[in-house]
Amino acid sequence: MRTAFIKELIDQARINPCIFLIVGDLGYSVVEPFAAEFPDRFINAGVAEQNMTGMAAGLASEGYHVFTYSIGNFPTLRCLEQIRNDICYHNLPVTIVSVGAGLAYGNLGYSHHAIQDFAAMRGMPNITILSPADPGETRECVKWLSTHAGPSYLRIGKAGEPELFQSSSLRDSHVLVAKGSEHKAIVCTGSILRIALEAVSEVLLEQRPSVYSLPIVQPISESTINEFAKYQGLLVMEEHVRQGGLFAALCEVMPTQSALSHCFVNPQLVTKVGSQSYLWEQAKFKAAASDFIRESL
Amino acid sequence: MTAMTNSLQFAAQIRMEALKMVTQAKASHIGGALSMTDLLAVLYSDTLNIRPEAPDWADRDRFLLSKGHSCTSLYAALALRGFFPISELSTYGSDGTRLMAHISHKVPGVEFSTGSLGHALPFGCGKALAAKRQGRSCRVFVLLSDGELDEGSNWEAILFAPQHNLDNLVAIVDYNKIQSLGSVSEVIDLHPLLEKFRAFRWAAKEIDGHDHAAIKSALSEIPIERNRPSCLIAHTTKGCGVDFMEGTLKWHYSSPTDHELKSALRQIEPA
Repeated sequence: MRTAFIKELIDQARINPCIFLIVGDLGYSVVEPFAAEFPDRFINAGVAEQNMTGMAAGLASEGYHVFTYSIGNFPTLRCLEQIRNDICYHNLPVTIVSVGAGLAYGNLGYSHHAIQDFAAMRGMPNITILSPADPGETRECVKWLSTHAGPSYLRIGKAGEPELFQSSSLRDSHVLVAKGSEHKAIVCTGSILRIALEAVSEVLLEQRPSVYSLPIVQPISESTINEFAKYQGLLVMEEHVRQGGLFAALCEVMPTQSALSHCFVNPQLVTKVGSQSYLWEQAKFKAAASDFIRESL
Repeated sequence: MTAMTNSLQFAAQIRMEALKMVTQAKASHIGGALSMTDLLAVLYSDTLNIRPEAPDWADRDRFLLSKGHSCTSLYAALALRGFFPISELSTYGSDGTRLMAHISHKVPGVEFSTGSLGHALPFGCGKALAAKRQGRSCRVFVLLSDGELDEGSNWEAILFAPQHNLDNLVAIVDYNKIQSLGSVSEVIDLHPLLEKFRAFRWAAKEIDGHDHAAIKSALSEIPIERNRPSCLIAHTTKGCGVDFMEGTLKWHYSSPTDHELKSALRQIEPA
């Protein structure tokens, strides 16, 4: 996803002279093409996320649409007050880009498990939160951001994620990835969508729930609420703790919460180390999706 | 009337308005507002390239108040310069006012809202970098307190600015030696502050922050060195201009009684 991000950002920077990229001394073998093509719109802020974020706000106040780029919790939790006060309160066009969503850097340990970021970001004024599922949706998110300048948070995986479906322009907070049952659906945000699609593919067509990706976690549109309100059962899957993420967001806006169930990351999981796939197993994402599908038979 | 007399009179007017504002609102932080008043008076009467009738004029110098709690004297300076009506100062801190008790960018002439410390210097780095990249000649002035130099974010910015030759960035430290719970030397001693900035590759000098001629002279020589950010460490007195407020921690918190206000105004009012 990070490669898709930088390629699309370069394409957008070619037509939008306001796009500026700041990195927090991370992005080896990713950000160099942008730096080479746009040296006047690139800077490495060093290992200093508070200054990076405050500086991004300062640049944005002078006309740039600034993208800050770092890993996991570094561009979010480390500098949360700069995001709140400098970017969001002043309603400035800064996109915070975090690479390594959820458990993507699982074997690097708890410091790199980005599983509280939605909760931290969702309460910020004026912010839009995007969380693509695959490289194609990442490209669409960057395209969308280039014409929606404002405070925003883009949560992406790292490298090597497969294309899960044919993406098209973002028109809503939800994307119907696989049409199935009219009664039950699985709603995912981020690359965990792969597990939902795997679980669904293991049952007969007529037994399959519908599957959605939610690339825009905030704001959730009225049409998305109406779309989801049609279902009697919705399983929300996200690489995030129970509190404050997509499930909480849907609970806040759906007319009834009784249809909603949740598969999430228990914070105790941070004591475990392993690949993203291993930690997904430990979090029982596939098992939860399969159970939900069986219940819908 | 000379320019210097003007700035002295301007400072007296700022002090009087700030004192009236904190008294009326029963607000805190007058000590730090008075310690930086002479710096503001010279900046806003002489140094800054600004147009009160066009606060967002593209080529203006940018002034950022990092010690946002000391906002009364900046609001007063802006009103006295014509950015908004002086009569509005009486709404300071009241219900529904735009003059909130930490500096607000919703007020004409204010670039950036602060309140939490350690935010304006990184923001200023962004503005100074933007000016460099866009080929504009405007300068960015950031006024900081001494206590907020405890914040790590400031030192991130202090490292960054010389790395990128931001000689259009000026940090002014209102070094009044008193922070929230005691003297700076007792809480987290900054000494030797001049040497710290120089070690971080800033062009830095010390001035008497109440000597208008010295302030004006130092500001007229910005940048102190080409390709380096400038730092002026302004030695000041908390509560400067009111004898019973000077050098005391109490006036970081207290608001004057009506009697104390009258006494303070008598001391400041030009003969």
